[in-house]
Amino acid sequence: MIVRNSLQDADLPQDDPRVKQLNVKMKKEGYKPDALIEILHNAQNSYGYLPINVLRYIAKVLRLPPSRVFGTVSFYHFFSMKSKGEHTCLVCTGTACYVKGAQKLLDKVEEKFGLKQGQVTQDGKIGLQAARCIGACGLAPAVILDDEVQAKVSPEDLISKLTSKLETHEQG
Amino acid sequence: MNRVDFKNIIHAEELKAKNAPTKHKIFVCCGAGCISSGADNVMKKLQEEIKNRGLEDIEVVPTGCMGPCNQGPLVKFKPGNTVYQKIDCVNIGEVVKSQIVDKKPLEDLLLFSEHREKPFVNAEEDPYFKKQLKIALKDCGDVHPEKIEDYLLHDGYKALDKALFEMSPEDVISEIKQSRLRGRGGAGYPTGLKWETVYRHVNDQKYIICNGDEGDPGAFMDRSVLEGNPHRILEGMTIAGYAVGANKGYAYIRGEYPLAIKRFEAAIKAAKKLGVLGKNILGTNFSFDVEVRIGAGAFVCGEETALIASIEGRRGTPSPRPPYPAESGLWGKPTLINNVETMASIAPIILKGGEWYSEIGTAKSAGTKVFALAGKINYAGLIEVPMGTTLREIVFDIGGGIQGDGQFKAAQTGGPSGGCIPAEHLDVKMDYEELMKLGSIMGSGGLIVMDENSDMVDVARFFMEFCVDESCGKCVPCRVGTKMMHDLLQKVCENKATQLDIERLEELAVYVKECSLCGLGGSAPNPLLSTLRHFRHEYDTRVQPVRKSENLVHQ
Ligand SMILES: Cc1cc2nc3c(=O)[nH]c(=O)nc-3n(C[C@H](O)[C@H](O)[C@H](O)COP(=O)(O)O)c2cc1C
Ligand code: FES
Repeated sequence: MIVRNSLQDADLPQDDPRVKQLNVKMKKEGYKPDALIEILHNAQNSYGYLPINVLRYIAKVLRLPPSRVFGTVSFYHFFSMKSKGEHTCLVCTGTACYVKGAQKLLDKVEEKFGLKQGQVTQDGKIGLQAARCIGACGLAPAVILDDEVQAKVSPEDLISKLTSKLETHEQG
Repeated sequence: MNRVDFKNIIHAEELKAKNAPTKHKIFVCCGAGCISSGADNVMKKLQEEIKNRGLEDIEVVPTGCMGPCNQGPLVKFKPGNTVYQKIDCVNIGEVVKSQIVDKKPLEDLLLFSEHREKPFVNAEEDPYFKKQLKIALKDCGDVHPEKIEDYLLHDGYKALDKALFEMSPEDVISEIKQSRLRGRGGAGYPTGLKWETVYRHVNDQKYIICNGDEGDPGAFMDRSVLEGNPHRILEGMTIAGYAVGANKGYAYIRGEYPLAIKRFEAAIKAAKKLGVLGKNILGTNFSFDVEVRIGAGAFVCGEETALIASIEGRRGTPSPRPPYPAESGLWGKPTLINNVETMASIAPIILKGGEWYSEIGTAKSAGTKVFALAGKINYAGLIEVPMGTTLREIVFDIGGGIQGDGQFKAAQTGGPSGGCIPAEHLDVKMDYEELMKLGSIMGSGGLIVMDENSDMVDVARFFMEFCVDESCGKCVPCRVGTKMMHDLLQKVCENKATQLDIERLEELAVYVKECSLCGLGGSAPNPLLSTLRHFRHEYDTRVQPVRKSENLVHQ
């Protein structure tokens, strides 16, 4: 279905700064298909995820079949076509963190917020994800909360940090 | 810039360093570990502190990883090599006061003070560092990763200069061959031979790829070199380009390492500006350019043919070899792929000679190896030791033993492609051959220590789950086989399995190993096989007796 309708509504509002940035990136890469992954990184950085119309737009501009773009996006774990939530909580489930009890962190978040890996709370405020090693194994278990690495996290720590994120959110 | 200009620049930098008013240098570890324990703030506070005290002749240098990440944030004072641990915004003031103003080290905060009767004022004398030999990591922790001048002061780009002006490409290759360096990405293929193969393939376009995908979950060696000393890798890649006749290189770095990407890109810019990268390097007619490619989170992309697909902007699925990348790689051209740590070892080998390097280590595995210690070990972090150092030395003498009152149960090396080494083999000499004999592999250098609380069947299940997630799905043995093995292991973990299931596991392991397209499937059964070999009783005690009816069905 996606493929059939692919090039309809493949246009994006050109005055959107995110689109402008995307255009600059594609131009810089010379519209080369082999820069697709770099371009997707750029788009995900500005949108937070990869909305489907953005993918269609990229396919159109790079003159690639949309299947090629979707195929690439779905292959790599780093890319997501769903919003990741306003606050992201990324729990490392690499070996070092596994040995040091990453599962307990995931269990606790599930118990407290009813979130499983890859889900976002209904109000869209917190998204829970898991990663296979973020390279901070010396300080396991590690969590990335809104781009900030937290070292040696205990389940209680994590819950209190998440709760305080929600509180500042309400105030702000 | 030509060679004379380059020598002049180095000379000027050396003079500047010699005559600088700076008496003390304070190095703040800004490796990934220390940053996550607050090194950024320590750095700010330290600068304030120095300003407030009017200590203008002190230079503060942010550096890459110093090693003992678990004790961070770390701050090192030179001269004297005094290292302080667990520094925060409060105690940094006291440290500066007693170290610089009162000239008396603050014992309580010295590195490893909680574990040593008398902590060492000169950290290099501590057994932690004494047992190590740093070659690939040598300048991490001493150079400012974003200042090329600092790298120049540490023999930076001297090896490139030597290679370009005093050696032919053949000389460079034979030096690398003589060093007996083997690839540090996992398989341990002799680097010199690989270079020679690429050199021999005549083509007007060849490529160099530096593999910084570091997919093994629980390993962070490549990250630390990329972040701590990016110029060393650039220099290695450029020398490789000169040797095999390539003029374009790609550094493939994991997307999870934004700092490494940023620093590497900055290093490329600085090197081009100086003239040690880009067109007509040092005035010769050799040109070499490097671009960064960012990985997107797929373990299989560490495999060389998948990595090439990914650089070409496609799904990272592997292809059958031959043809090997050395013959037909990136865009069908001869391509040399080496791991980050391999590249980081090139410059010292060229400078000091292959013979020097080949004398370090064991008969079949020369040189040093970087390990990332993690798990239930006291001094988790990054170490570099000569090949052939025993596991016991690594875990107990360097790593400070097991956390708490725990007992060593096993060390896991090689990640999802490797295996476990049980306590009875603590005296194994760590090199490619010995680890293979025990059913594990050297891998890229992740070393995870487990204590008696670890359930080895669950460890096997954990790695199998990883392989199920990461299998690219192209070939059936890996896609289906890993899933079947995972489900059987899950059954064992839940105490629902029978002896037949164990037999099925063993049978499947062989099929998957033999029939998979690439190394991911080919090595996916390793953690399972190694736990079966060394911890069989943990499987046996959970197995349920076979019911008669079931037995019949499966015959
Ligand atoms: C599934 C799989 C994952 C791999 N991951 C990595 C990796 O993360 N980093 C790496 O350098 N090599 C990795 N390799 C090995 C590479 O294919 C290749 O052998 C290596 O980069 C060659 O460099 P070297 O000779 O310097 O070791 C992996 C291999 C397989 C089969
Ligand atoms: S395993 Fe979690 S940071 Fe490496």
